[in-house]
Amino acid sequence: MSKNQLEIRNLHANVDGEAILKGVDLIVPKGEVHALMGPNGSGKSTLSKVIAGDPSYEVTEGDVLLDGVSILDLEPDERARAGLYLAFQYPVEVPGVSIANFLRLALNARREEDDEIGVMEFYNKLQNAVKTLNWDESIIERNLHEGFSGGEKKRSEILQLLVLEPKYAILDETDSGLDVDALKVVSQGVNAARSPEFGALVITHYQRLLNYIIPDVVHVMLDGKVIRTGSKELAMELDEKGYDWLKEQVAA
Amino acid sequence: MSDLTTDHPDAEKLTGMQHEKQYEFSLPEKYFFKSEKGLSKRVIEQISHYKNEPEWMLKFRLKAFEIAEKKGRPKWGPDLSSLNFDDIYFYIRPQDKKGTNSWDDVPEEVRETYRRLGIPEAEQRMLAGVGAQYESEMVYHSLKEEWEKQGVIFLDTDTGLQEHPEIFKEYFATVVPPEDNYFAAVNSAVWSGGSFVYVPAGVEIEVPLQAYFLINAQSMGQFERTLIIGEPGSKFHYIEGCTAPTYNSDSFHSGVIEIICQEGSQVRYSTIQNWSHNVYNLVTQRAVVHKDASMGWLDGNLGSKVTMKYPSTYLVGEGATGEVLSIAFASNGQHQDAGAKVIHAAPNTSSTVVSKSISKGTGRSSYRGLVQIHEGATGARSNVECDALLLDDQAKTDTYPYIEINEKTAHVGHEATVSKLNDEQIFYLQSRGLPEAEAAALIVRGFLEPVAKELPLEYAVELNRLIELEMEGSVG
Ligand SMILES: Nc1ncnc2c1ncn2[C@@H]1O[C@H](COP(=O)(O)OP(=O)(O)O)[C@@H](O)[C@H]1O
Ligand SMILES: [Mg+2]
Repeated sequence: MSKNQLEIRNLHANVDGEAILKGVDLIVPKGEVHALMGPNGSGKSTLSKVIAGDPSYEVTEGDVLLDGVSILDLEPDERARAGLYLAFQYPVEVPGVSIANFLRLALNARREEDDEIGVMEFYNKLQNAVKTLNWDESIIERNLHEGFSGGEKKRSEILQLLVLEPKYAILDETDSGLDVDALKVVSQGVNAARSPEFGALVITHYQRLLNYIIPDVVHVMLDGKVIRTGSKELAMELDEKGYDWLKEQVAA
Repeated sequence: MSDLTTDHPDAEKLTGMQHEKQYEFSLPEKYFFKSEKGLSKRVIEQISHYKNEPEWMLKFRLKAFEIAEKKGRPKWGPDLSSLNFDDIYFYIRPQDKKGTNSWDDVPEEVRETYRRLGIPEAEQRMLAGVGAQYESEMVYHSLKEEWEKQGVIFLDTDTGLQEHPEIFKEYFATVVPPEDNYFAAVNSAVWSGGSFVYVPAGVEIEVPLQAYFLINAQSMGQFERTLIIGEPGSKFHYIEGCTAPTYNSDSFHSGVIEIICQEGSQVRYSTIQNWSHNVYNLVTQRAVVHKDASMGWLDGNLGSKVTMKYPSTYLVGEGATGEVLSIAFASNGQHQDAGAKVIHAAPNTSSTVVSKSISKGTGRSSYRGLVQIHEGATGARSNVECDALLLDDQAKTDTYPYIEINEKTAHVGHEATVSKLNDEQIFYLQSRGLPEAEAAALIVRGFLEPVAKELPLEYAVELNRLIELEMEGSVG
């Protein structure tokens, strides 16, 4: 058991008594970027929320280990402070809460009470992240996702990732709904976060994202399980042939 | 209130003792006076006599008492059946009411609350009625000198009556006459304290006039009576922060606030009140706004058992504008019945009302609003938005918006929303590292932001702390 990885081990989860995850096994070592693909409804978003600790899902079996330590008993905020980050497929709006204010609170939540982040340090950090995403600085004063377009919300998720500097990030369809320019910018952000100290699981429908964020490994999820793991060529194959051939293989 | 005496038999002998200028911060005074319990002609005579008031004021009080008797209590709104006047002292001199001159005598729970509010110790002592606040005294004195040079009057109302009888008599009870409503009549009969503000024509004051400066005198009375006059072209902000739970055992607070905005003046009145949970808080506050003048209310209500408060704005001159921003937080067992009343009685007048309420547990918040557009008020515009946030399944909210339009060219908008503390938002914020309670508090703060951002920073900070305290134990 390696200490430097995000490990999902035989994970089963229900929502309203119905099984959605049916034994997911998956490992993302630190320093690598993995892609998770799969048809709609296969359980990708469910997996990401269960890992992040969404209380609406019930884990019935299995484990999630962050650097070798189970996080299933932790609250979502404790998981975040342990170094986990989820870029949501559908980020919510929080009216009246500015991005700057919110991120300062989020950073301070990671620090000791008497060691709040300095104003300049925070501002520089935020400004760098904004620049990486080719964004206008005024964005930090806007309220969290209030009146944001779909693309802006996705960009905000990456902005937060850059500021919060997690150890492991799960990006849930951060590419969907983006035009090519936005896709490039978002990829630029993720690539900027790449480092030997960072691991990511990039969930996507489309191969095209993987032209910009080149994955070390590709996993395919179907009906609540990871059914295939391979190299980035697997993504291209899926793009060409769709998922049906895999489904047939699994059924056989 | 252990060291308070019972009714003082020699009240008359004490008359005249209060004549040192009460707006000057003084060392704790030795004398005290408390009326007998209940509301009666005799009590009113005692009050007036004790304050050495002019004859016309005594007559006014007695007349108001008659009116109150005739009117009886309102038959609408929250339940007031357990409010028993026979148990209430209608006049206690504030210093005495605070009841102590030693910090050590202040109950631990009160001190703890102040500490958690992050109120500086000097201010804590002052809120608890302990000692004089020398630091703020100095700040106040330098400001006061500057204001006096400009002809600004800023006193507690009793002193205002003594020192500026002409201005006082000209405006007093012209905006809220005793006939207006039962509680206004009661206040008129027994009023004491409050702030008296007069800003001469063309004078603009940058720094808010803070009632805080007057606390050591009589501004925080149980039946306070505030009179604010903005002469033509003046501009100022009066602010009252009663942010710590008022340290007393009074069960009834009934204030009257009258504001006159003369032509072209811009007046703001802000208050954040946090009452202890046994208080009936029934306040009449009203402004008359003349041509091209503007009036802004910001009204925050926390605590109390029942609050009834509907800041009213009478737009009587062409082009007058009014704004009411309000926040109400109804916790367990509380009923916040708050709202706004706007009367458009002249052409091209406009008004905005934004009401934000939060209910928790068995708390209930109601919005009760009236927008009235008189015939001939052509081009009048009014926009009302009331948003309610429920922190749990038990909490309640309701709205009673009344709209009366007698002018075809008027534009009136009304929008009401009810939302619940949203699990998805909480999970989202938690996933960024904020503990659940902090996430909930942040959502609430965001909800209030459109109103809170209009407060000076230090008041906004205190409001946030109060909200966090109120929210404790409401999630998780
Ligand atoms: N909160 C929920 N309530 C009910 N059903 C859900 C919920 N979340 C997910 N599901 C169901 O679980 C399945 C997997 O959904 P999801 O994880 O969103 O798939 P993906 O992200 O791969 O498209 C779907 O059938 C979906 O309807
Ligand atoms: Mg999904």
